[in-house]
Amino acid sequence: MNKPLEKIAADLNAEFGATYTEDRGEVSFVVPAERIVDFAAALKKKHKFEMLASQTAVDYWPALAPRYHIVYQFTSVSKKLRLEARVPLDGNDPEMPSLVDVFPNANWFERELFDMFGIRFSGHPDLRRILMPFDWEGHPLRKDYPLGYEEVQFSFNYEDIEVRKPRPKD
Amino acid sequence: MTLEPVMEVTVNDLKHLLSERAAEGDTLLLNMGPQHPSTHGVLRLLLELDGEIIVRCIPDIGFLHTGIEKNMEAKTYVKAEVMTDRLDYLNTTGNNLVYVMAIEKLVGLDVPARAEVIRVLIVELQRIASHLVWLGTHALDLAAMSVFFYCFREREKILDILEMCGGQRMMTTYFRPGGLWRDTPVEFESAVRDFLKVFPRRIDEYEALLTKNPIFIDRTKGIGIIPKDKALEWGLTGPTLRGSGIEYDIRRAFPYAGYENYEFDVATDDGCDVYARYTVRMQEMRESLKIVQQALDNMPMGPVNSANRKFVPPPRSELGHSMEAVIHHFKLWTEGFEAPKASVYMPVESPRGELGVYLEGDGGPKPYRVHFRTPSFTNLQAVPWLAEGHYVADLVAIIGSIDIVLGDTDR
Repeated sequence: MNKPLEKIAADLNAEFGATYTEDRGEVSFVVPAERIVDFAAALKKKHKFEMLASQTAVDYWPALAPRYHIVYQFTSVSKKLRLEARVPLDGNDPEMPSLVDVFPNANWFERELFDMFGIRFSGHPDLRRILMPFDWEGHPLRKDYPLGYEEVQFSFNYEDIEVRKPRPKD
Repeated sequence: MTLEPVMEVTVNDLKHLLSERAAEGDTLLLNMGPQHPSTHGVLRLLLELDGEIIVRCIPDIGFLHTGIEKNMEAKTYVKAEVMTDRLDYLNTTGNNLVYVMAIEKLVGLDVPARAEVIRVLIVELQRIASHLVWLGTHALDLAAMSVFFYCFREREKILDILEMCGGQRMMTTYFRPGGLWRDTPVEFESAVRDFLKVFPRRIDEYEALLTKNPIFIDRTKGIGIIPKDKALEWGLTGPTLRGSGIEYDIRRAFPYAGYENYEFDVATDDGCDVYARYTVRMQEMRESLKIVQQALDNMPMGPVNSANRKFVPPPRSELGHSMEAVIHHFKLWTEGFEAPKASVYMPVESPRGELGVYLEGDGGPKPYRVHFRTPSFTNLQAVPWLAEGHYVADLVAIIGSIDIVLGDTDR
């Protein structure tokens, strides 16, 4: 970790109690969901991280606590620094505050996460599906969502699979 | 069987995105795309128009969504690489580069110097090819048809070079974790030198057609203004950001693949408009040429693949006499290599901006999660506020100027 980032990390740790680790040259914070908006605002205003480079999620199913990690990548264009923030979320259908008010480009990132993982963002102005069709059922990037191949039926599980087999509507 | 009409999202669902005048029928709702040539792919824009002026613009994406991230979770690290070519189909080797570099970062794999230089060379050629497609189609949208033919003539030369190396014009999958698929062929150097010889003059030709062309200037100057602070806030990257005068290039800010060893300038323009983004990309092609020249002149000799047999399969010739090589070959192509339980984020500068891959391993041979932060997806978000208050014809110029690729947007 270089000097300026070290200082920022210590600062954020003191202010938000966010613990951080360094792995493969990347600094990663763990921030609770209710503090993430303040955390991002402090990063943007105080520490000059002007850009939310990326926002994504990871599903750790079947673990439920936490089931998801929301992963933010912040970039400071002026200071040439990067850092990561991870927000752990429990439960199957979690809700967390939206970052749209701080970084407007979180809008589509969060719509994508809603679409793909079913995570709801409170305070989001336009939480609709973005990549999948609007009437799609389920959230494809969840780990309990099958890839779409046909399940092989054996005599012992023939009935079970027959019931849930996808087929065109008549 | 009766066919039920499937309702698209109704206007009621989109009420919060339209102006109040839409409810009174004051304005007109118009669909542009998804089969409109100037949307550069299958992008649908729902426009609210007051006469010919855009009041609101609502992009609708996802027509090209192929579930690449989900599919990659079911394949081994190496087998998943072919899917990265299909993301941004104008920057195929760049997608390979970011993905293999993320793997290398995750497992801690070194790349030989020669492979690194060839990677940079190929990626910069690809950047020129991508900018040529952009230039051709952008000019075509603005009714300058001949530029298109000239651009595609030169692009074909670059694709020939890619075919020489990877066996394919576009979907090369030439870069592999730990190096390259194979070394470049003997005719590679002369082909690149020929290209370097003719191309500077060709850029002058394009500029002669457009830079001082009054019709082109009328259509581009003062259109689609992106203020500096807004550009950063909206996460815009690449030439779209540098066209607003911000000198941010990942090749310079966070060097990767040995970019710190090359001399080149980061092209910027303070114009903030469509024309500024045009000049930035033209300048970038010249800078890419410089990098290609340096890479070619300082090409080190040596192997192009890491000797770490736990990750890189042995050459075919070894299989005949080495039992160990057979074992490695068998293990790598049946099971694949295992990556530790950790995550990395690897950003590179694609022709469109920051292309980042978030890669997480779980100790097994398949990626646990791959996410592509694609520049087109983020840059496209700016279109609604860029388009507001402009004519429909200017929207075409704006879409062209941020250079979206829908395969990149929808993944």
